[in-house]
Amino acid sequence: MGVPRFWREIPYRYQLIGTRCSTCDSSFFPPRAICPKCRGAGNVEETKLSGKGEVVTYTVVRVAPEGFERETPYIVAIVRLEEGPRITSQIVDCDIDEIEIGTKVRAVFRKVGEESPSGAIYYSYKFVPA
Amino acid sequence: MPRYRIRSRDIATMWGQDPVAVEKGLGIIEKAVPGIDEDTITISVEAARDALKRARISPEEIGAIYVGSESHPYAVKPSGSVVAAAIGAVGRMTSADYEFACKAGTAGIQTSMGLVGSGLIKYGLAIGADTAQGAPGDPLEYAAAAGGAAFLVAADDKGNVARIDHTVSMTTDTPDFWRREGQSYPRHGGRFTGEPAYFKHVVETSKMLMEETGTSPSDFDHAVFHMPNRKFPERASKTLGFTRDQVKQGLVVQYIGNTYSGCSPLGLCSVFDVATPGERILLTSYGSGAGSDSFHITVQDGIEERRELAPLTGDMISRKKYINYATYVKYREKLNFAE
Amino acid sequence: MIGMQKVAIIGVGMTDFGELWDKSLRDLTVQAGLEAIRDSGLPGEEIDALYAGCMSSGIFVQQEHISSILADYCGLTPKASTRVEGACASGGLALRQAIMAVASGMYDFVVAGGVEKMTDILTEQTTMALACAADREWEAFQGVTFPGLYAMMARRHMHDFGTTEEQLSQVAVKNHKNGAKNPHAQYRRPVTIEQVKGSSLIADPIRLLHCSPISDGAAAVVVASEEKAREAESDPIWVLGTGQASDTIALHDRREITTMDATVAAGREALDMAGLTIGDIDLVEVHDCFTIAEIAAIEDLGFFPKGEGGKATEDGLTELEGQIPVNPSGGLKSKGHPVGATGIAQAVEVVLQLRGKAGKRQVRDASIGMTHNVGGSGGTCVTHILGR
Repeated sequence: MGVPRFWREIPYRYQLIGTRCSTCDSSFFPPRAICPKCRGAGNVEETKLSGKGEVVTYTVVRVAPEGFERETPYIVAIVRLEEGPRITSQIVDCDIDEIEIGTKVRAVFRKVGEESPSGAIYYSYKFVPA
Repeated sequence: MPRYRIRSRDIATMWGQDPVAVEKGLGIIEKAVPGIDEDTITISVEAARDALKRARISPEEIGAIYVGSESHPYAVKPSGSVVAAAIGAVGRMTSADYEFACKAGTAGIQTSMGLVGSGLIKYGLAIGADTAQGAPGDPLEYAAAAGGAAFLVAADDKGNVARIDHTVSMTTDTPDFWRREGQSYPRHGGRFTGEPAYFKHVVETSKMLMEETGTSPSDFDHAVFHMPNRKFPERASKTLGFTRDQVKQGLVVQYIGNTYSGCSPLGLCSVFDVATPGERILLTSYGSGAGSDSFHITVQDGIEERRELAPLTGDMISRKKYINYATYVKYREKLNFAE
Repeated sequence: MIGMQKVAIIGVGMTDFGELWDKSLRDLTVQAGLEAIRDSGLPGEEIDALYAGCMSSGIFVQQEHISSILADYCGLTPKASTRVEGACASGGLALRQAIMAVASGMYDFVVAGGVEKMTDILTEQTTMALACAADREWEAFQGVTFPGLYAMMARRHMHDFGTTEEQLSQVAVKNHKNGAKNPHAQYRRPVTIEQVKGSSLIADPIRLLHCSPISDGAAAVVVASEEKAREAESDPIWVLGTGQASDTIALHDRREITTMDATVAAGREALDMAGLTIGDIDLVEVHDCFTIAEIAAIEDLGFFPKGEGGKATEDGLTELEGQIPVNPSGGLKSKGHPVGATGIAQAVEVVLQLRGKAGKRQVRDASIGMTHNVGGSGGTCVTHILGR
């Protein structure tokens, strides 16, 4: 992807900054400008999420998309963060049979990919068992 | 610290060497290997985050970040700016990356001391981290490891982990170990890396430090030296007059290998796992090319409380998963993948 | 339809689905379009407008502006031509647009077509193109693939309802059995449950034979107003109802990971419009991009209670002779899934079934049929109900 597209999301990916609607007390990640429940009546501000969560569901990717070939097999999960929103991410630093629905995880900072060997490096959140 | 480890014996067997002899000769049992998604930047971020947990300051108050490494992910584009964005150190802040072989991390500490000591900034963050590569089959392969440590440096003296009382360095042009631009692996001068390089700088700089602070080995509770293997720091400490007990706690190379810019910094972190207020630590790093930074450190009252706020170095060392040589090669990208 | 005219389908056409090396995107569309127009008995000049569903021609063949290409190469210029995109629901959406265009009274005859040419690039690139139907920034960026998303849905479904790998595999067995009777299908051989369960893992628990293939193909239908339909040569098949709904793009943002709310809403809208209940449907073509998708679809449309889709499949209730035949065409699994064409091909199948022209896979006494077309992992759903 072009560098501006990656750069724009840096604070959100690096620090897990989402948004919170104070009208209905819902948190969102990735950040949303419009609260889907309150719409116009919502009051939405940025909020830093703790990175703690639990596994809602997961899979083991064995046939990788472009750029992820060296990592197979790897675990991808939907994690529910303790503030409420769900997030899709890899789970690393664990064996495949260590993960099940309900496993507690926490966010870490890892390399997710690169544009090419000569291109920009993409960093983002991943999760490890807590 | 990455959680993967490879045993020296497994590397030795791969290259047809005597595994027991190799392990005994180097004193390295196993080394830390980075996962395929880890690099100097990710390691620096994790270390910095733990430092912040212990320091309990707002990241916006950090005035400088220095990442020292010989494996910065970019040849041009600083690791420090990514670390800054990842920990929220935004705004009024200076940064630059350092390279001085294995002493780039301690060089960053010295620079931070200067900036905070002069009052130009409130807090400085110095990181030494590496995901060093050893050429397949080369003796360096047993030692070259991945890991990093971060230190938040402040001028005020309130409830800190430790106080740096003095630092002094020595720098010469000694080509004992180097890597040319564009080359994947470093080269070294074999036995030349010993007496004229490592030992000369480590011993002379440590002596300078003790002279300038009016101390002698018996004044210190712990001594940490750069650890390219286990033999070198043990011999240097003996030459200087330190006992085995004094260097024991810092000798992490046996379990994680030589983490290059993270090496003596991680040795220091290991000492902080157990040190008590009032204890004194001598730390002397060594960077090929060559130079040494030596420090006189006194442990402060804040250590007991702050220690608990983030994982202990010893725990990170024990949290491990063994991999075999094939997996090691895959992780370290020594395979040529089709473009 | 309140305030709108009644609408019918009077002509259908489709190409074979498969790896069609000799056919370009233009070739495929022209073939399907001409067949549909011929089938309708209309002279080409009578066509008023064209809606074409195509998901990713830009990535697959580096061509956008499909609307112009198709009107041009089908000989339909200067009539109005519009490309419609909703990921894998592009075809179904194109059909709905055509229906609305005729029902509004604006046009008499509109062609709704769908096409996808997926095999001109390497598989890894195709996978990347398909990932564009997911949330690129927050799903695909993190390394999840389409099979991965549906695999996570499957695992949660297995956890919540006890759905088994056996049941997931049975969907593939059934659809291949049906597809073997479909001359246009990409795969025309039955498979055994052992073959499905033994196929390689793509993203646990989804295996190779749980996944629909990469395909080339096109399909088209001619939609006509009531007045014109009654004058036409062939018996009109009436559009009794249509429904469409949207949902979050990312699977992690859904209300429930195992339920496609868009399917529930779109299905209900179509039934309400038609004044029918789910029990009135004689056959249904659902969006089985992966076998779990069929199980979720038959639950979310209301054929079976939530959680019981797997058991219903295992018990044979969705077989050709079963209580509610699901995917008599062979589904996406066996027939193939040229993304933009699928929604239209589903309508083609239902029309053939209702006309009694489905050959060896004919459902007995078929008088009302339903189609169900989904985009991405459920961000879009469009349904149609057709009747004699």
